[in-house]
Amino acid sequence: MAALLEARQVEARYGWTKVLHGVTFAVAEGGITTVLGANGAGKTTALRAVCGMVETSGEICFDGRRIDGRATEDIARLGIAHAPEGRGTFVGLTVEENLWLGAYARRDRTRLADDFERVYHYFPMLRERRRQRAGTLSGGEQQMLAVARALMLRPRLLLLDEPSLGLAPLVVREIFRIVRAINRDERVSVLLVEQNASLALDLADQAYLLETGRVAIAGPAADLRRDDAIRRSYLGY
Amino acid sequence: MDVFLQQVVSGLATGGIYASLALSLVMIYQATDVVNFAQGEMAMFSTYLAWSMLNRGAPYWVAFVLTVTIAFVGGLAIERLIIRPVEQAPVLAIVIVTLGLLVIFNSVAGWLYSYIIQPFPSPFPRAPIRIGRVVFGPHDLGVIGVTLVMLVLLWLFFRFTSLGLALRAAAQNPAGSRLVGIRVGWMLALGWGLAALIGAVAGMMVAPIIFLEPNMMSGILIYAFASATLGGFTSPGGAVLGGFLVGVIENLAGTYVRFIGTDLKLTLALLVIIVVLLVKPSGLFGQAVVRRV
Ligand SMILES: Nc1ncnc2c1ncn2[C@@H]1O[C@H](COP(=O)(O)OP(=O)(O)O)[C@@H](O)[C@H]1O
Ligand SMILES: [Mg+2]
Repeated sequence: MAALLEARQVEARYGWTKVLHGVTFAVAEGGITTVLGANGAGKTTALRAVCGMVETSGEICFDGRRIDGRATEDIARLGIAHAPEGRGTFVGLTVEENLWLGAYARRDRTRLADDFERVYHYFPMLRERRRQRAGTLSGGEQQMLAVARALMLRPRLLLLDEPSLGLAPLVVREIFRIVRAINRDERVSVLLVEQNASLALDLADQAYLLETGRVAIAGPAADLRRDDAIRRSYLGY
Repeated sequence: MDVFLQQVVSGLATGGIYASLALSLVMIYQATDVVNFAQGEMAMFSTYLAWSMLNRGAPYWVAFVLTVTIAFVGGLAIERLIIRPVEQAPVLAIVIVTLGLLVIFNSVAGWLYSYIIQPFPSPFPRAPIRIGRVVFGPHDLGVIGVTLVMLVLLWLFFRFTSLGLALRAAAQNPAGSRLVGIRVGWMLALGWGLAALIGAVAGMMVAPIIFLEPNMMSGILIYAFASATLGGFTSPGGAVLGGFLVGVIENLAGTYVRFIGTDLKLTLALLVIIVVLLVKPSGLFGQAVVRRV
């Protein structure tokens, strides 16, 4: 399978502090890649690097074109939707307005009504709450809104930063089920950052383990699942 | 009772002007956390532009539309050329820059147009309007009409257009806005442009009442601050309501409370600021801002 996103030897820094030290990863067209790692390993920074939200060096290609060094808003316009850490929802705006904004960068806005129907189909509770301010939603609902908003872009690549964080297991399973459906039915490629290795490895086909800014292990998700070191430290059995 | 109604109406007229200027302060404050101290002088300068067009024989509404357009473009340019380079600087530095702009606009206006007080025409008919036994000033009614139309148009723009939505989003959450493809830098510039436009309208509406001179807006700006503080610096609607309230309170107090008269009216505005800051710092409609440190 051809790679939709390829990051080669990416370094990233916040001011003087270098956080990623030459990280290489890829997302296949139509695939799901997961980046695992403990708190502070640099997972969020890896997603920020893709979106041009941090200073980087190295090479990042999307669909064969270099995107490193480009402005975040231009990268979004290429069809990369990012549901960031902390969810990035506009808490002062209504659910519906958040979804509108998700489609802001799209060139064709003709079938917007269809897209609202589509995300309300995945997340029925968003339809009920569409006039409510996003800040009044529960944590799980806000996470669903973040994913729904990302979908409004009709993205080719979906970046998800720890969608399971702080949510009840049932809610997490529901979100992962929807991500799988989106990937299968709409061929949206996914780059999923997670601390919950067990769930992420079930979903992904390709996986990377980050340790303090370096890729420690990379390979097919099924292989990582069997890896003893990962089983011991991240899967807990 | 008649006097009361008259004073309320003329209070609403000046209140509309405070409301407009308070709204432009709040718009920039919400987007950038910066209070633009030059807002009043920008309005004054725009009014001088209108004045020189009128002097060259331009019809009033032509001069009005041209001035508003120039003010919009000028506000946009100020953000791009002067504020943008210091965007990353501490808020205090940006505030100092706006104070610098205040001084520059003030002295350039004095140098170009002198400090001599000039009359500025009202576009509304002269004859007083009688409703029952009460007589209203036509300029007062006109100002109320113009400000209300402008406020409603702004509300429609922010509420129902996708650009207006993007502006609100950029003000609330710049990082999240970039992720959905909003060009946040341009949204800030647009905010400055709109604020300058609103200020220009306020300037042209107030000039027939207080006359035209380079310092004309300094008192008005303090009232605008009082209004924004009263309504809440985080609430555009609150700032507008605060403006009308301050206008009416000012007028009624000046009329009915003997010792206030016209001399102490400005002190009243400062009193409003202080009392609100003491009692409810976030204003009547504002939300307390929680900052993580
Ligand atoms: N905005 C920032 N400024 C400075 N350092 C940061 C910033 N964000 C993250 N870091 C640091 O970068 C490292 C990696 O963080 P992050 O990418 O958020 O890790 P993860 O998402 O895997 O928990 C951490 O040591 C963290 O302290
Ligand atoms: Mg993280």
